[in-house]
Amino acid sequence: MERIKAIGIDAGSTAIKVVGINEKGNIVFYKVEPTSFQMKPQLEKIIEELPKDVPIGATGYGGDLISNATITASEIRCHSKGAHLFLKGPGTVIDIGGQDSKVIVIDQEGEVIDFTMNDKCAAGTGRFLETTAWRLKTPVEEMARFAEKADREVQVSSVCAVFAESEVISMVAKGEPMEAVIKGLHRALAKRVASLAQSLNIIPPILLSGGVAQNPVIKSMLEEELKEKIIVPPYPQLMGALGAAIISMESKTKVTNR
Amino acid sequence: MRSLIKKLKLNTLKTAVTFKSCWNYLFFDIPKSWRTDILAPPLRIGVKTKELITKHYLEGMYANGIKPVAWVTSGAPVEFLKALGFYTLYPENHGALCGARKVALELCQEAEKNGYCIDICSYARTDIGSALSGKTPVGRLPKPDLLVCCTNICQTVLYWYQVLAHHFKAPLVIIDTPFIYTEASLPDVEYVQKQIETAIETAERIAKRKLKFEKLKEVMRLSKIATELWLEVINTGKNIPSPISAFDQFIHMAPIVELRGEPQTVDFYAQMLKELRKRVKKGIGAVIKEKKRVLWDNLPIWYSLKLLSETLAENGICVVTSTYTYAWGELAPMIDPERPIESMAKVYLHPILNRGTGDKLSLMKRMVKDFRLNGVILHSDRSCKPYSVGQMDQRAKIVQELKIPAVLIESDHNDPRAFSEKQVLNRLKAFMEM
Ligand code: SF4
Repeated sequence: MERIKAIGIDAGSTAIKVVGINEKGNIVFYKVEPTSFQMKPQLEKIIEELPKDVPIGATGYGGDLISNATITASEIRCHSKGAHLFLKGPGTVIDIGGQDSKVIVIDQEGEVIDFTMNDKCAAGTGRFLETTAWRLKTPVEEMARFAEKADREVQVSSVCAVFAESEVISMVAKGEPMEAVIKGLHRALAKRVASLAQSLNIIPPILLSGGVAQNPVIKSMLEEELKEKIIVPPYPQLMGALGAAIISMESKTKVTNR
Repeated sequence: MRSLIKKLKLNTLKTAVTFKSCWNYLFFDIPKSWRTDILAPPLRIGVKTKELITKHYLEGMYANGIKPVAWVTSGAPVEFLKALGFYTLYPENHGALCGARKVALELCQEAEKNGYCIDICSYARTDIGSALSGKTPVGRLPKPDLLVCCTNICQTVLYWYQVLAHHFKAPLVIIDTPFIYTEASLPDVEYVQKQIETAIETAERIAKRKLKFEKLKEVMRLSKIATELWLEVINTGKNIPSPISAFDQFIHMAPIVELRGEPQTVDFYAQMLKELRKRVKKGIGAVIKEKKRVLWDNLPIWYSLKLLSETLAENGICVVTSTYTYAWGELAPMIDPERPIESMAKVYLHPILNRGTGDKLSLMKRMVKDFRLNGVILHSDRSCKPYSVGQMDQRAKIVQELKIPAVLIESDHNDPRAFSEKQVLNRLKAFMEM
């Protein structure tokens, strides 16, 4: 394995993401684990296995629990730093995570100009697809495949993740094809996220990150809604951790340069 | 507290040296763990604030039968009531006190148990819960002989006061203030003036005395001076570093709301101003290492003042001022003691919540410039719809036009169930890094 220069840990509420980067900022190591309800010991165990004497950047809901972090930074800053590596200039990051979604507008240097978040309503996050997938007895990874097969889409009127569950059940019971219902669910999520993005003065290009970015239907629907092309980086789920690693590397150089 | 009340009941009010023992139960204690590493020591005037408020509620406990009692909304024209010798109680302030004392939730739940919906303003729920259960951290609230509700802050008060009228079987006077976008028109002023005149007649009947015009003028004069002083207190924040933070203002605003029109309030703010000017001379900032200066929009989050002020101060951020506290000073020039009724009508038509969202945006922009601020925190208050409507656009405009960061945090001023510490701090952290 190439020598790791810095580590970033994004301790999210759904998953813990760890990346190691080389001095060019390329990912040379990564790890993703679902977050257990006892986050602290879980994090300690993860850190134990990591190389020592390397700066660690921490972020995410559990970022403060990482006691030996060189630096902690907000998720917003970390996501923008990570995404900047791919955007290579000003642009917009849309991150759809398991429990929240955020839109960040960044400048030439990857610094945050403006941001907005949805951390109040599950209907605008990955959880929306997860709960409905569970009700439809379909693995969440399969949802996009179903949607792609649909020749039409059913309008899901509900704006609440909990009520959407019962809504889709009744639609299927009424004889609507599963595919059309699932496509409708994708549309509902894409529209929610698009309107969140449109509340800011977003600038192209747009990068989509977070676990949901792996879903090609969401990507293309967002492109339709926002009328912009969307870039999906190789490891969309790792943007926060990557940014944290970069920030910790930068802070280290700053200290030694002083 | 119960034993204290018993003691008070046994003694006459005169021997209620219990004031001292009462003291600890009321309003704010200076937090035992005051962070002197990041914050200037608490303002010395704090002792006086506590004294005024303690006395006010203590007087309230014994007001029934001694003075006519009126319960009023925070934006109600109170001067004629003062001139008629009423004891005035502000349920909203009492609500804030319950919030800061962290008992608001229990009272809200009392109201909810009785069928009041969780979507109703948490001040209203706190107050209705307190009225229905008789629970209050101040011992006992006097029963109202009159209710005065002015709609210049919201429509919630209109229904809330009808509930109070029904519960206490007390007469209710409603002063309807048409919504104005920027400035009131002459017919607006005349319309409100007529209602105030009718309200005076009702109040006279209840107080069993005639309003003396000279007395009213005097109360108006005291109101004006106190309001001017409060504005000057806020304006000391224009200095860098700012000697006062919005968190200080939230605490020390109680007298300007609750005790407007009284000589002691004038003395109080004169003294506070003196203390702040001394701080300015010595270059003492409310936040020790003031690096960034920001504006707060909307009501405070009463149960989280300490957490928020410390988190921000740790990062060198001073919340210099707020649109909320400013609202109690900005109308000072409009008060004309020589034409008390007409100017009351005018002043009480113009509070921030009775003006348009565009007007509020201009105010915020002006404040950013005048106070030399580099950021804005907008508290989207689940309870207070009229204050929160328009904040999304106001935030966007501030970011675009002033090129400064602005963050929206979602919470509630009195109901801690709407406050998620992690989420709020998460957003603030990103804001602080910008
Ligand atoms: S809704 Fe707003 S203005 Fe009305 S009482 Fe509640 S906090 Fe005050």
